[in-house]
Amino acid sequence: MKHKLRFAAVLLFLPLIFSPLLAQEGEEMQDGLLAEMQIEPPPQAVITVAEDMPNDGGHKLTVRWEFPKEFTSSVVRFEVYRAYSPDGEFVLRGESPNDFYEYLDIGDREEESPNYMPNDSSYYYKIVAVGTEGVSSESEVGGPYKTYGQWFHTGKVPLLIAVILFCIFTIYFVLSAKGGKELYIRPLAGIEAVDEAIGRATEMGKPILYVLGIGTAAEIATIASFTILGRVAKKVAEYQTSLIVPCYEPIVMSVAQDIVRSAYLEAGRPDQYDEDSVFFVTNAQFAYVAGVNGIMVRDLPATNFYLGYFAAESLLLAETGNAIGAIQIAGTDQVSQLPFFVVACDYTLIGEELYAASAYLGRDPLLLGSLKAEDWAKGILMVLMVLIILAVLLGWDAPREWIRVNL
Amino acid sequence: MRRTFPILITVVVGWVLIVADFIPHKPFGNLGDDFALYFDIIAVFAFILGGGNLFRIHLTKVQKKKKDWPFSIVTLGGFIVMLAAGLFKIGNPGGIQGDVAAVGSLFNDMYMQIFTPLQASMFALLAFFVGSASYRAFRAKTTEATILLIAAFIVLLGRTPFGLWLTSGLTGDMSFLQLPNLTDWIMDVPNLAGQRAIMIGIALGVISMSLRLILGVERTYLGGDSD
Repeated sequence: MKHKLRFAAVLLFLPLIFSPLLAQEGEEMQDGLLAEMQIEPPPQAVITVAEDMPNDGGHKLTVRWEFPKEFTSSVVRFEVYRAYSPDGEFVLRGESPNDFYEYLDIGDREEESPNYMPNDSSYYYKIVAVGTEGVSSESEVGGPYKTYGQWFHTGKVPLLIAVILFCIFTIYFVLSAKGGKELYIRPLAGIEAVDEAIGRATEMGKPILYVLGIGTAAEIATIASFTILGRVAKKVAEYQTSLIVPCYEPIVMSVAQDIVRSAYLEAGRPDQYDEDSVFFVTNAQFAYVAGVNGIMVRDLPATNFYLGYFAAESLLLAETGNAIGAIQIAGTDQVSQLPFFVVACDYTLIGEELYAASAYLGRDPLLLGSLKAEDWAKGILMVLMVLIILAVLLGWDAPREWIRVNL
Repeated sequence: MRRTFPILITVVVGWVLIVADFIPHKPFGNLGDDFALYFDIIAVFAFILGGGNLFRIHLTKVQKKKKDWPFSIVTLGGFIVMLAAGLFKIGNPGGIQGDVAAVGSLFNDMYMQIFTPLQASMFALLAFFVGSASYRAFRAKTTEATILLIAAFIVLLGRTPFGLWLTSGLTGDMSFLQLPNLTDWIMDVPNLAGQRAIMIGIALGVISMSLRLILGVERTYLGGDSD
């Protein structure tokens, strides 16, 4: 019985012992067979052109080649190689599928990058058709092909026209306002309520909380919030109420400190300015929420302003403010956060109203002029949209192409 | 001079960047990115400013025993311990040369074991706040609130398997009344139209605001109205 088991074990392990030898023998046989079969490499690809990519800085080339379609199945892929001279070292740039005879060679514009592709330079290309049997064929070297940087982005013509028109509108209305022309601007409930909100805090003897959001000083929403803070701080200084401005970003804090200081100075109450009223909390999103909510719960401000760039913290802040019974005015350009502010705050400045708020508060004719220009641009845009929709519905597609911006 | 110089910088840089947007050629093509780098460099130094401000304010609070000063001790304690752990790389497997956030270092442990769960807890509160805010918003007091309530009811049900099951009997010509289909329509047509209208307004507002700054019409961000 013991001998039978040993014999069975030896039989089982025999193939394992001899398998490398068998495999080696198999490979040798295969090589021999391939040699006997004399596998033909796929036909050569023929480079037709390498075109400079339009509207770029001169760092992209589109390489095109021809290949007999009937041999598509005999090719796995095409490899694209590039060199700076016909005899230079060809470097693999990328691959293309076997049925696609085009490759966009994208280089970097930074000189320090290993993928740097200098502008106004000549390049040579070579296409390698990799066959299904592992046999490849190289194309003739194609080139020289040049890259060119463009001095004008032709795809942005509609954008340029729009910018010029808008600038003309703005300058016209600003000059009209400067000339003393009366400009009507529709009232905004959120802005009208600012005075009332500051007055309420004064009467209650409670502070006003101003949150600039979690954007950097480079965000346009934060800049808009700075302009409103200046107006609010001036009123706060006149009413002799206290102001709390917890900041998410050190640069924002620094700018806000300067704005509030100047507002107190302008209101004629520099002595009332408290240096510690504008301070840095943290730049961690939810830690900031914890900090601001803590201030709300401890100091019970009568009025809360949330103006600027907000993300997931919007509702956390606004609901806490609602719970403490503060009058709340919010405004952001983040569309996804607007519903949260609408349900939790008394007044919400929707999108563009945030940018317009400063002009409303200041009532400066020059600022109102720019708002008027914005309204006109909106009107023209609406008419244009309706006309283009009608044209497309009537089967005339050209107007849609006229306004298309190709970035 | 205090305001003229910054306005001059804004005007010049603003116009150059607008023009650069239409010129892909070097050096204009990547001017925007280069200027963003300058901002990052300034931001690095500003963190020292922020940390200094935080330290000063809370230290004063503790020294003068102002209202709620014990909280400031916690803030200062956390600030100092975390700063020391990062600066001296306490417990860092790679020593002082190691990566500041290396696994096993005190800095990483405190971040992962204390800070991250605390952040997650704050975020989790959002679920409850959404509930309370929705309750207030959906009270059908006005016509608008009633429309909101009906739309929310359809979308909430339409996003669940129960909504599909409830209306799966509506087939053929009536299939558009199935709750998931109604939900898709609400989200893709009225909701999207409203969002796009707001976004167009925002885009124009951004241009208008930028022009006000570039033309030097808006100066409040520089502090005050007068020179």
